[in-house]
Amino acid sequence: MGRVVVDVMPKPEILDPQGKAVAGALPRLGFGQFAGVRQGKRFELEVDGPVTEEILAAARAAGEQVLSNPVIEDVVAVYEDVEDPAGVGA
Amino acid sequence: MARIGVVTFPGTLDDRDAARAVRLAGAEAVSLWHADADLHGVDAVVLPGGFSYGDYLRAGAISRFAPVMGEIVDAAHRGLPVLGICNGFQVLTEAHLLPGSMIKNDHLHFVCREQVLSVENVDTAWTRDYTQGERITVPLKNQDGQYVADERTLDELEGEGRVVFRYQDVNPNGSRRGIAGITNAAGNVVGLMPHPEHAVEAGFGPDGAHGPRTGTDGLRFFTSVLHALVG
Repeated sequence: MGRVVVDVMPKPEILDPQGKAVAGALPRLGFGQFAGVRQGKRFELEVDGPVTEEILAAARAAGEQVLSNPVIEDVVAVYEDVEDPAGVGA
Repeated sequence: MARIGVVTFPGTLDDRDAARAVRLAGAEAVSLWHADADLHGVDAVVLPGGFSYGDYLRAGAISRFAPVMGEIVDAAHRGLPVLGICNGFQVLTEAHLLPGSMIKNDHLHFVCREQVLSVENVDTAWTRDYTQGERITVPLKNQDGQYVADERTLDELEGEGRVVFRYQDVNPNGSRRGIAGITNAAGNVVGLMPHPEHAVEAGFGPDGAHGPRTGTDGLRFFTSVLHALVG
Protein backbone atom coordinates (compact mmCIF):
# COMPACT_ATOMS: atom_id res chain seq x y z
CA MET A 1 0.00 0.00 0.00
CA GLY A 2 1.30 3.43 -0.93
CA ARG A 3 0.73 6.82 0.52
CA VAL A 4 0.92 10.32 -0.95
CA VAL A 5 1.29 13.39 1.23
CA VAL A 6 -0.23 16.72 0.18
CA ASP A 7 0.88 19.73 2.20
CA VAL A 8 -1.33 22.82 2.10
CA MET A 9 -0.38 26.17 3.64
CA PRO A 10 -2.15 29.52 3.93
CA LYS A 11 -0.87 31.92 1.27
CA PRO A 12 1.99 34.11 2.54
CA GLU A 13 -0.05 37.28 2.06
CA ILE A 14 -3.03 35.88 3.98
CA LEU A 15 -2.88 36.60 7.68
CA ASP A 16 -2.91 33.26 9.49
CA PRO A 17 -4.83 33.87 12.73
CA GLN A 18 -4.20 30.36 14.05
CA GLY A 19 -0.47 30.57 13.42
CA LYS A 20 -0.41 33.96 15.10
CA ALA A 21 -2.13 32.56 18.19
CA VAL A 22 0.34 29.69 18.36
CA ALA A 23 3.22 32.13 17.92
CA GLY A 24 1.86 34.10 20.87
CA ALA A 25 1.65 31.01 23.07
CA LEU A 26 5.14 29.62 22.40
CA PRO A 27 7.15 32.22 24.35
CA ARG A 28 4.80 31.83 27.30
CA LEU A 29 5.79 28.16 27.40
CA GLY A 30 9.49 28.88 27.23
CA PHE A 31 9.95 28.67 23.46
CA GLY A 32 11.19 32.16 22.77
CA GLN A 33 13.34 31.11 19.82
CA PHE A 34 10.60 31.26 17.19
CA ALA A 35 9.85 34.57 15.52
CA GLY A 36 6.73 33.38 13.70
CA VAL A 37 4.42 30.40 13.14
CA ARG A 38 2.21 29.50 10.21
CA GLN A 39 -0.22 26.63 10.50
CA GLY A 40 -1.16 24.48 7.52
CA LYS A 41 -2.68 21.11 6.71
CA ARG A 42 -1.18 17.75 5.82
CA PHE A 43 -3.29 15.25 3.89
CA GLU A 44 -2.29 11.59 3.60
CA LEU A 45 -3.86 9.91 0.58
CA GLU A 46 -3.66 6.12 0.64
CA VAL A 47 -3.71 3.92 -2.44
CA ASP A 48 -3.97 0.16 -2.68
CA GLY A 49 -1.10 -0.25 -5.12
CA PRO A 50 2.22 1.52 -5.58
CA VAL A 51 2.47 5.29 -5.95
CA THR A 52 2.87 5.85 -9.68
CA GLU A 53 3.31 9.06 -11.67
CA GLU A 54 -0.42 8.90 -12.47
CA ILE A 55 -1.25 8.67 -8.79
CA LEU A 56 0.97 11.65 -8.03
CA ALA A 57 -0.65 13.62 -10.85
CA ALA A 58 -4.10 12.79 -9.48
CA ALA A 59 -2.97 13.84 -5.99
CA ARG A 60 -1.71 17.15 -7.37
CA ALA A 61 -5.06 17.70 -9.14
CA ALA A 62 -7.00 16.82 -5.98
CA GLY A 63 -4.73 19.18 -4.05
CA GLU A 64 -5.51 22.06 -6.38
CA GLN A 65 -9.22 21.37 -6.86
CA VAL A 66 -10.44 20.01 -3.53
CA LEU A 67 -7.88 19.93 -0.73
CA SER A 68 -6.94 23.59 -1.07
CA ASN A 69 -8.78 26.79 -1.88
CA PRO A 70 -6.49 28.75 -4.20
CA VAL A 71 -7.92 32.03 -2.92
CA ILE A 72 -6.41 31.52 0.52
CA GLU A 73 -4.08 28.51 0.29
CA ASP A 74 -1.20 27.03 -1.70
CA VAL A 75 -0.36 23.38 -2.25
CA VAL A 76 3.30 23.54 -1.21
CA ALA A 77 4.28 19.89 -1.65
CA VAL A 78 2.96 16.62 -3.10
CA TYR A 79 5.17 13.59 -2.52
CA GLU A 80 5.18 9.89 -1.83
CA ASP A 81 5.46 9.03 1.83
CA VAL A 82 8.15 6.36 1.87
CA GLU A 83 8.07 5.72 5.59
CA ASP A 84 6.27 2.60 6.69
CA PRO A 85 3.36 3.96 8.74
CA ALA A 86 2.69 0.73 10.60
CA GLY A 87 6.34 0.12 11.32
CA VAL A 88 6.05 -3.56 10.40
CA GLY A 89 8.28 -3.57 7.34
CA ALA A 90 7.45 -4.48 3.77
CA MET B 1 -47.29 32.10 -4.98
CA ALA B 2 -43.54 32.27 -5.42
CA ARG B 3 -41.68 29.18 -4.28
CA ILE B 4 -38.33 29.73 -2.55
CA GLY B 5 -36.08 26.72 -1.96
CA VAL B 6 -34.14 26.38 1.29
CA VAL B 7 -31.27 23.90 1.17
CA THR B 8 -30.43 21.57 4.03
CA PHE B 9 -26.94 20.05 4.20
CA PRO B 10 -25.80 17.77 7.03
CA GLY B 11 -24.91 20.31 9.73
CA THR B 12 -27.11 23.14 8.45
CA LEU B 13 -28.62 24.96 11.44
CA ASP B 14 -30.69 27.86 10.16
CA ASP B 15 -32.82 26.24 7.46
CA ARG B 16 -35.99 26.46 9.55
CA ASP B 17 -35.45 30.12 10.33
CA ALA B 18 -34.79 30.78 6.66
CA ALA B 19 -37.99 28.94 5.68
CA ARG B 20 -39.92 30.93 8.25
CA ALA B 21 -38.51 34.19 6.86
CA VAL B 22 -39.62 33.12 3.39
CA ARG B 23 -43.15 32.44 4.66
CA LEU B 24 -43.33 35.71 6.60
CA ALA B 25 -42.38 37.52 3.39
CA GLY B 26 -45.34 35.90 1.68
CA ALA B 27 -43.80 33.05 -0.30
CA GLU B 28 -43.89 29.28 -0.07
CA ALA B 29 -40.76 27.70 1.42
CA VAL B 30 -39.65 24.52 -0.34
CA SER B 31 -37.18 22.24 1.42
CA LEU B 32 -34.29 21.17 -0.81
CA TRP B 33 -32.11 18.26 0.25
CA HIS B 34 -28.36 18.26 -0.37
CA ALA B 35 -28.36 14.77 -1.89
CA ASP B 36 -31.26 15.48 -4.26
CA ALA B 37 -30.03 16.91 -7.58
CA ASP B 38 -33.38 18.58 -8.22
CA LEU B 39 -34.51 22.13 -7.52
CA HIS B 40 -38.20 21.12 -7.76
CA GLY B 41 -38.97 24.13 -9.91
CA VAL B 42 -38.29 26.78 -7.25
CA ASP B 43 -38.06 30.46 -8.24
CA ALA B 44 -35.12 31.26 -5.95
CA VAL B 45 -32.83 29.48 -3.49
CA VAL B 46 -31.53 30.27 0.00
CA LEU B 47 -28.39 28.55 1.29
CA PRO B 48 -28.76 28.96 5.05
CA GLY B 49 -26.20 29.14 7.83
CA GLY B 50 -24.75 26.45 10.01
CA PHE B 51 -21.72 24.20 9.95
CA SER B 52 -22.34 21.99 6.93
CA TYR B 53 -20.21 18.86 7.12
CA GLY B 54 -18.81 20.22 10.38
CA ASP B 55 -16.78 22.81 8.43
CA TYR B 56 -14.40 19.92 7.70
CA LEU B 57 -11.66 20.67 5.18
CA ARG B 58 -12.77 24.33 4.92
CA ALA B 59 -16.08 26.00 5.72
CA GLY B 60 -18.43 25.22 2.82
CA ALA B 61 -15.83 23.16 0.95
CA ILE B 62 -17.56 19.78 1.02
CA SER B 63 -21.07 21.16 0.50
CA ARG B 64 -19.90 22.54 -2.80
CA PHE B 65 -19.76 18.97 -4.13
CA ALA B 66 -23.27 18.02 -2.95
CA PRO B 67 -25.57 16.90 -5.79
CA VAL B 68 -27.95 19.83 -5.24
CA MET B 69 -25.11 22.33 -5.69
CA GLY B 70 -24.49 21.34 -9.30
CA GLU B 71 -28.09 22.27 -10.07
CA ILE B 72 -27.82 25.52 -8.12
CA VAL B 73 -24.61 26.58 -9.88
CA ASP B 74 -26.17 25.93 -13.33
CA ALA B 75 -29.39 27.73 -12.40
CA ALA B 76 -27.49 30.67 -10.89
CA HIS B 77 -25.61 31.11 -14.16
CA ARG B 78 -29.01 31.26 -15.87
CA GLY B 79 -30.18 34.02 -13.48
CA LEU B 80 -31.89 32.16 -10.62
CA PRO B 81 -31.77 34.37 -7.49
CA VAL B 82 -29.53 32.70 -4.88
CA LEU B 83 -28.87 34.01 -1.37
CA GLY B 84 -26.07 32.54 0.76
CA ILE B 85 -26.16 33.39 4.46
CA CYS B 86 -23.09 32.77 6.64
CA ASN B 87 -22.17 29.15 5.88
CA GLY B 88 -24.23 29.55 2.70
CA PHE B 89 -21.97 32.46 1.72
CA GLN B 90 -18.96 30.24 2.35
CA VAL B 91 -20.51 27.57 0.11
CA LEU B 92 -21.05 30.16 -2.66
CA THR B 93 -17.38 31.18 -2.58
CA GLU B 94 -16.24 27.57 -2.60
CA ALA B 95 -18.57 26.96 -5.57
CA HIS B 96 -16.97 29.94 -7.36
CA LEU B 97 -20.30 31.74 -7.69
CA LEU B 98 -18.81 34.58 -5.63
CA PRO B 99 -15.14 35.63 -5.37
CA GLY B 100 -12.94 35.58 -2.28
CA SER B 101 -13.12 33.35 0.76
CA MET B 102 -13.68 33.38 4.50
CA ILE B 103 -10.99 32.54 7.04
CA LYS B 104 -11.05 32.40 10.83
CA ASN B 105 -12.02 35.66 12.57
CA ASP B 106 -8.91 37.78 13.19
CA HIS B 107 -9.48 37.63 16.98
CA LEU B 108 -9.98 33.82 16.80
CA HIS B 109 -13.19 33.87 18.82
CA PHE B 110 -16.72 32.98 17.83
CA VAL B 111 -18.65 36.23 17.58
CA CYS B 112 -22.38 36.71 18.20
CA ARG B 113 -23.75 40.24 18.16
CA GLU B 114 -26.36 42.54 16.74
CA GLN B 115 -24.48 44.04 13.82
CA VAL B 116 -25.10 47.29 11.99
CA LEU B 117 -24.57 47.09 8.22
CA SER B 118 -24.81 49.62 5.44
CA VAL B 119 -26.66 48.55 2.31
CA GLU B 120 -24.46 49.68 -0.56
CA ASN B 121 -26.13 48.12 -3.59
CA VAL B 122 -29.92 48.08 -3.88
CA ASP B 123 -29.98 46.72 -7.43
CA THR B 124 -29.58 43.06 -6.52
CA ALA B 125 -32.42 40.54 -6.45
CA TRP B 126 -32.16 40.43 -2.66
CA THR B 127 -31.79 44.13 -1.76
CA ARG B 128 -34.17 46.09 -3.98
CA ASP B 129 -36.54 46.86 -1.08
CA TYR B 130 -33.77 48.74 0.77
CA THR B 131 -32.60 52.29 0.16
CA GLN B 132 -29.05 53.08 -0.89
CA GLY B 133 -26.83 53.67 2.13
CA GLU B 134 -29.49 52.51 4.61
CA ARG B 135 -28.22 51.23 7.96
CA ILE B 136 -29.78 47.95 9.06
CA THR B 137 -29.26 45.78 12.15
CA VAL B 138 -29.18 41.99 11.91
CA PRO B 139 -27.55 39.30 14.06
CA LEU B 140 -24.04 38.14 13.22
CA LYS B 141 -22.66 34.85 14.52
CA ASN B 142 -19.64 33.09 13.13
CA GLN B 143 -16.20 31.66 13.66
CA ASP B 144 -14.83 31.80 10.12
CA GLY B 145 -16.23 35.15 9.07
CA GLN B 146 -13.18 37.12 7.96
CA TYR B 147 -13.73 37.93 4.30
CA VAL B 148 -10.51 37.87 2.28
CA ALA B 149 -9.65 38.31 -1.38
CA ASP B 150 -6.63 39.67 -3.23
CA GLU B 151 -6.38 43.44 -3.74
CA ARG B 152 -7.25 43.22 -7.43
CA THR B 153 -10.48 41.33 -6.66
CA LEU B 154 -11.35 43.79 -3.89
CA ASP B 155 -10.77 46.75 -6.23
CA GLU B 156 -12.91 45.05 -8.86
CA LEU B 157 -15.74 44.44 -6.39
CA GLU B 158 -15.65 48.05 -5.22
CA GLY B 159 -15.34 49.43 -8.73
CA GLU B 160 -18.31 47.45 -10.00
CA GLY B 161 -20.48 48.26 -6.98
CA ARG B 162 -20.56 44.61 -5.97
CA VAL B 163 -19.96 45.26 -2.27
CA VAL B 164 -23.57 44.94 -1.12
CA PHE B 165 -23.11 45.20 2.66
CA ARG B 166 -20.38 46.71 4.80
CA TYR B 167 -19.91 46.42 8.55
CA GLN B 168 -20.58 49.70 10.31
CA ASP B 169 -19.35 50.99 13.70
CA VAL B 170 -17.10 47.96 14.20
CA ASN B 171 -15.40 45.40 11.98
CA PRO B 172 -16.35 42.26 13.91
CA ASN B 173 -14.01 39.76 12.25
CA GLY B 174 -11.24 41.58 10.39
CA SER B 175 -12.94 41.34 6.99
CA ARG B 176 -11.05 43.14 4.21
CA ARG B 177 -12.40 46.65 3.74
CA GLY B 178 -15.21 45.89 6.16
CA ILE B 179 -17.01 43.78 3.58
CA ALA B 180 -20.00 41.88 4.99
CA GLY B 181 -21.64 40.80 1.74
CA ILE B 182 -21.13 40.83 -2.03
CA THR B 183 -22.93 40.01 -5.25
CA ASN B 184 -22.03 38.55 -8.62
CA ALA B 185 -21.90 40.75 -11.71
CA ALA B 186 -25.51 39.97 -12.65
CA GLY B 187 -26.86 40.77 -9.18
CA ASN B 188 -28.82 37.53 -8.78
CA VAL B 189 -26.34 35.84 -6.42
CA VAL B 190 -25.76 37.51 -3.05
CA GLY B 191 -23.75 36.23 -0.09
CA LEU B 192 -23.27 37.73 3.36
CA MET B 193 -22.03 36.61 6.77
CA PRO B 194 -24.72 38.24 8.96
CA HIS B 195 -28.15 36.62 9.37
CA PRO B 196 -31.14 38.54 7.97
CA GLU B 197 -33.38 35.51 8.59
CA HIS B 198 -33.00 36.09 12.35
CA ALA B 199 -34.46 39.61 12.08
CA VAL B 200 -37.84 39.09 10.45
CA GLU B 201 -40.41 39.04 13.23
CA ALA B 202 -41.00 41.37 16.17
CA GLY B 203 -40.29 39.59 19.45
CA PHE B 204 -37.49 37.43 18.07
CA GLY B 205 -35.03 39.77 16.41
CA PRO B 206 -32.46 42.35 17.47
CA ASP B 207 -33.41 45.50 19.34
CA GLY B 208 -35.15 47.94 17.03
CA ALA B 209 -36.57 51.43 16.87
CA HIS B 210 -39.74 50.35 18.65
CA GLY B 211 -38.10 48.63 21.59
CA PRO B 212 -36.21 45.49 22.54
CA ARG B 213 -36.43 42.60 20.03
CA THR B 214 -38.53 44.59 17.58
CA GLY B 215 -35.95 44.70 14.79
CA THR B 216 -37.15 43.23 11.51
CA ASP B 217 -34.56 44.72 9.16
CA GLY B 218 -33.87 41.33 7.61
CA LEU B 219 -37.35 40.75 6.23
CA ARG B 220 -36.80 42.91 3.17
CA PHE B 221 -34.20 40.46 1.81
CA PHE B 222 -37.09 38.09 1.27
CA THR B 223 -39.64 40.62 0.05
CA SER B 224 -36.98 41.98 -2.33
CA VAL B 225 -36.65 38.67 -4.12
CA LEU B 226 -40.41 38.36 -4.46
CA HIS B 227 -40.52 41.78 -6.09
CA ALA B 228 -37.57 40.84 -8.27
CA LEU B 229 -39.45 37.74 -9.43
CA VAL B 230 -42.62 39.59 -10.43
CA GLY B 231 -40.81 42.72 -11.59
